[in-house]
Amino acid sequence: MQVKELREELKEKIIEQLNLEELSVSDIKDDDALFGDGLCLDSIDALELIVMLDKDYGIQLTDPKEGQEVFKSITVLADYIAERTNK
Amino acid sequence: MDSKFNIQSYTHIRNGTISLNGNTLFESETEDFSTFIKEAYKSQHIEYPKFFKMDNLSKLAFIAADIILRNTSNSEENIAIILSNKASSLDTDRKHQESISDTDNYYPSPSIFVYTLPNICIGEICIRHQLFSENSFFIFDNFNPDCLWVQTEHLLKTKKANKALCGWVDFDDSNYDAFLYLVEDHGTFNHSIKNIKELYLCK
Repeated sequence: MQVKELREELKEKIIEQLNLEELSVSDIKDDDALFGDGLCLDSIDALELIVMLDKDYGIQLTDPKEGQEVFKSITVLADYIAERTNK
Repeated sequence: MDSKFNIQSYTHIRNGTISLNGNTLFESETEDFSTFIKEAYKSQHIEYPKFFKMDNLSKLAFIAADIILRNTSNSEENIAIILSNKASSLDTDRKHQESISDTDNYYPSPSIFVYTLPNICIGEICIRHQLFSENSFFIFDNFNPDCLWVQTEHLLKTKKANKALCGWVDFDDSNYDAFLYLVEDHGTFNHSIKNIKELYLCK
């Protein structure tokens, strides 16, 4: 899978799993901040993303500091997954 | 037993209908709660994206509270919240149980787990309306106006709160019933156990 496709897949998963009902894939820009002023995700959403990484991509994130960086944006998250899964 | 306090307004959410003070605000023919409550949310022009992340019990309590508090609430009014139901958070508890029952596919959802307590719905109401007041959630076999009355009278008489949002919010396996009422100094009905019973039973 190309990184571009992975980004779109992540947007779909995030909308579905985090119940962002009022958003569509096109509303999420690749470099939008996932937390803070961007999508305004909260701490429970962060935990859901950690579960999603493990369940869907087999990546276990255990370092909170690493999480802060990995969940910066769709671009960063997709690159992180691609590096570890060769997707 | 009469009181110096009064029921200012009340709301029901049951059988696909939302009413305020006996007047229908919204009706839907759908029997699916998720569809119904989403339609209700949109019909009331509420803009609160976190609504979609709540469990069914919290969605039910949130909409009922919003209908009553939309014109009255702010933290300065010190509105206590006293809610009750029969099923506690059982509906969400079951969903959590399902997510941890398979040891080979063990991925409990944090966003489901946080709703495995009934009083979380009070938290959602407090966040929405910026309330930092007294609150309680009771589990009863049936609607229990006597207990709600005693608790409400105590909080208001001792001035722990200026108003109290009270009632019943029950959700289990697609069955739902909400009846909330606001008690304060002024209102149409005296805050009596008899009146609470009658308002709960009316459509």
